[in-house]
Amino acid sequence: MRPLAVQPSPGLPGEGLAIPPPPATSLWVSGVSWAWVGIVPFFVFALMFLIVPTSFLVVGGFQDSQGHFTLRNLQDLLQPTIVSSYLISIKVSAASAIGGALVGFALAYAAIAGGLPTWVRSTLMTFSGVASNFAGVPLAFAFLATLGRTGLATALLVNVFGFNIYNAGFNLLSFWGLTITYMYFQIPLMVLIMAPAIDGIKREWREASANLGANTLEFWRYIALPILWPPMLGSTLLLFANAFGAVATAYALTGSSLNIVTIVLFAQIRGDVLHNPNLGYALALGMILITGLSNAAYIWLRGRSERWLR
Amino acid sequence: MKRGRLVSWLLIVFGVLYFSVPLLGTFEFSLRLLRGVYSLAAYRIVLADPRFGATVAYSTALAVATIVVGVLLVVPTAYWIQLRLPWLRPVVEFITLLPLVIPAIVLVFGYLRIYNSSSVLPFTGSERTTDLLLMFSYVTLALPYMYRAVDTGLRAIDVRTLTEAAQSLGAGWSTILLGVILPNVRVAVLSGAFLTFAIVIGEFTMASLLDRPAFGPYLQNIGANRAYEPAALSIISFAITWACMGLLQVFGRGTPAQVAGAH
Amino acid sequence: MTFLEIENLQKRFAQTTAVEHVQLEVTRGEFVSFLGPSGCGKTTTLRIIAGFESPSSGAIRLEGVDITHRPPNQRNVGMVFQSYALFPNMTVAENVGFGLKVAKKPAAVIRHTVEEMLNLIKLPALGNRYPYQLSGGQQQRVALARALAIKPQVLLLDEPLSALDAKIRVSLRNEIRSIQRELGITTIYVTHDQEEALSLSDRIVVMSEGRVEQIGTPFEIYNFPRTAFVASFVGTLNILRGHVADAAGGKIVVDGQEVMASRALEHARVGDVCTVALRPEVVTLGEAAGNGNRMQGTVEDVNFLGSIVRVRVRFKDNAISVDTFNNPRLSLPQRGQALTVSFPHEAVLALEAPSST
Repeated sequence: MRPLAVQPSPGLPGEGLAIPPPPATSLWVSGVSWAWVGIVPFFVFALMFLIVPTSFLVVGGFQDSQGHFTLRNLQDLLQPTIVSSYLISIKVSAASAIGGALVGFALAYAAIAGGLPTWVRSTLMTFSGVASNFAGVPLAFAFLATLGRTGLATALLVNVFGFNIYNAGFNLLSFWGLTITYMYFQIPLMVLIMAPAIDGIKREWREASANLGANTLEFWRYIALPILWPPMLGSTLLLFANAFGAVATAYALTGSSLNIVTIVLFAQIRGDVLHNPNLGYALALGMILITGLSNAAYIWLRGRSERWLR
Repeated sequence: MKRGRLVSWLLIVFGVLYFSVPLLGTFEFSLRLLRGVYSLAAYRIVLADPRFGATVAYSTALAVATIVVGVLLVVPTAYWIQLRLPWLRPVVEFITLLPLVIPAIVLVFGYLRIYNSSSVLPFTGSERTTDLLLMFSYVTLALPYMYRAVDTGLRAIDVRTLTEAAQSLGAGWSTILLGVILPNVRVAVLSGAFLTFAIVIGEFTMASLLDRPAFGPYLQNIGANRAYEPAALSIISFAITWACMGLLQVFGRGTPAQVAGAH
Repeated sequence: MTFLEIENLQKRFAQTTAVEHVQLEVTRGEFVSFLGPSGCGKTTTLRIIAGFESPSSGAIRLEGVDITHRPPNQRNVGMVFQSYALFPNMTVAENVGFGLKVAKKPAAVIRHTVEEMLNLIKLPALGNRYPYQLSGGQQQRVALARALAIKPQVLLLDEPLSALDAKIRVSLRNEIRSIQRELGITTIYVTHDQEEALSLSDRIVVMSEGRVEQIGTPFEIYNFPRTAFVASFVGTLNILRGHVADAAGGKIVVDGQEVMASRALEHARVGDVCTVALRPEVVTLGEAAGNGNRMQGTVEDVNFLGSIVRVRVRFKDNAISVDTFNNPRLSLPQRGQALTVSFPHEAVLALEAPSST
């Protein structure tokens, strides 16, 4: 055998050539990194259309009409009509969030871990993707056509069961009507958010727990629920924030008969019905606070459970 | 386990009913325009209405503009973050989450206050510039989804190696972005585009407050004045949303669908 | 006496039969492996014993008691899963003690047993860690401890080492065997790795396509394989195809050369196609003393594997691999060189003719 020729060349072994490195296109031109130029438009955009407008409203909430700092607007928020509008918003959002969370979770669990054929799951996911976007004005119309006084479901209940829901006190243009309408996009959203978490509950854990003597209830109590409740709660909060910021559905359905915060804000933007522009800012500030806190809590809760599942 | 399966089926049946009944009800309602007989009269009236065509055209044009601007904004940013500025990623991701946290109505409130006729940037000064503002608003609304789609798409291709290969062949930055990176994230961009389209077509709040002739305000207006046409419009709108989401599922494997648009 | 009896087990899924006519009697304290390729039915059989699948027909009896239709949480068998299946929201101690907590044992008993188990798997200090903080090998040991903590009558292991690195696999499998011996617990071990099965088991059940091919000790399975499948799955094997020349005398003709087996060829007539097997280590290069078999061939290939040299010798249509220990004093055979190989009569294994070749 011939000994390996010793070569000092830094090229590939056995080759005589050393291949020069590719010419590095310099990012530094006249001291300014081109990388920054690449992302400046994004930051300018974010400033102009996200950060500055929001900050303007937030700061405006703390100012009076002359621009001086005041807490008066926040105080004015405590007037009964506004407090009641916040309360109704919170109630509708909470009701549709909790209802959507429970039904959504049940549906998702049934389709994913309920022992059903796999086409059920993919159909549910596809449909949820579509249904979660069927919101706003068309959704309001759909529910009017279904549960309104002359709606299909109302008529069916009268003709088949002899039960008139309107006589029994139900009214679509009310708190419960809006809640049920909201749930049409809350439930699919819950399904979509919780699907990965439910996927994460591995079948082997169920089998291992049974093998060690646990029944279904004990499996849920000791294993499934401890893992699932943080994402469930977080998702509920996300649904809450989602409903809280909604306006189009309510506008088309209940109009101004149900004075949720977004409707009040809508009217205020249109025509300063509060006769106090800075109060409008405070209203927006209150909204940002509530949706911001909900989202922050969602992110924190989501992180809690993911820690174990690495 | 058998009992569990029965319960699962019952839940699914309930879910199917809950979701199909409003759609069926709307469809049935939309056929009732002519008294006593089912007909597509409501649809004919709607489609014949010049305002229908005008607002759909307006919203479509706006959607296309939003998609283009969105892509131009997001793709370079996501690219640079991945390639050179990974430490800025948390900042950028936080920004892209803001439109999900701050309600649309609050954003447009801010725009109206800052960009009104007496400000430095009088967006609301004229119709064309208001259109511009509305488009930027829509870019903001679509930002989270567009960024997430493109970012995921970029992660799937080895951005660094592709760039270095292009550089070693002598390409400049614009060539790299337009000729190398963009074609490879086409699928991601498409999925972001479909979602954006669905958002813009159905959007109501911003268009209404900025007083522009978009499809959303038109829908609401019809609903306030007519009885059966809104149901027909609802079905049409749902069909459009379904088409968008369907195309999204076909093209955008793995991108999680989210609630978007006016609600 | 039979501790665990698997009687005529059968499991059908829609179109396929996953398990067919599996029959086995396991004595107390025995370590039995189910060995076979993917899809052979070994895992399905294990899951039927554990209660996660119910058989289409047949029975499982534990100490004489029929447990075939008992739900899985009432069988007192401990199972170790391939993916460890540790509960992620519980610490190691809580995982190990889970079975005892569910059985409502007092806290002191749980604490004591958990400590005992952690010592058994030699991880006494990791009680407060979470599964995600452990390595694969550590997780698998915890899974073992968790299964043993409930003092099961039978221990079931479903390919417990296949997700681990090769080095850990060897040390961990020896640990499993020594723990099993120490506790004297009846164990069923499913694997596709024949080295694992051979080194660990008291007996091996070789399975293929839902059927049992052979049951025997590792020695029996390796040296006296009953079918072509067993012979080829367990260890490497040379196959020779020839025609029967003399059935009673055990003589066949392979590529024009005479080969004799030590026993008569059953159910064979002159002229039948016959397949015999030869382990590479029983063949020697060159003419051996005595009156064993000799065949003349040509060296086709030489593989120097370090301590072993593997020489491939071709006859006409047949070729065999010969394994011989490395000997620095001898030169390696050259390709194309003519060579005689020798092997004793007993080394010729006549294989049961498969239904189709």
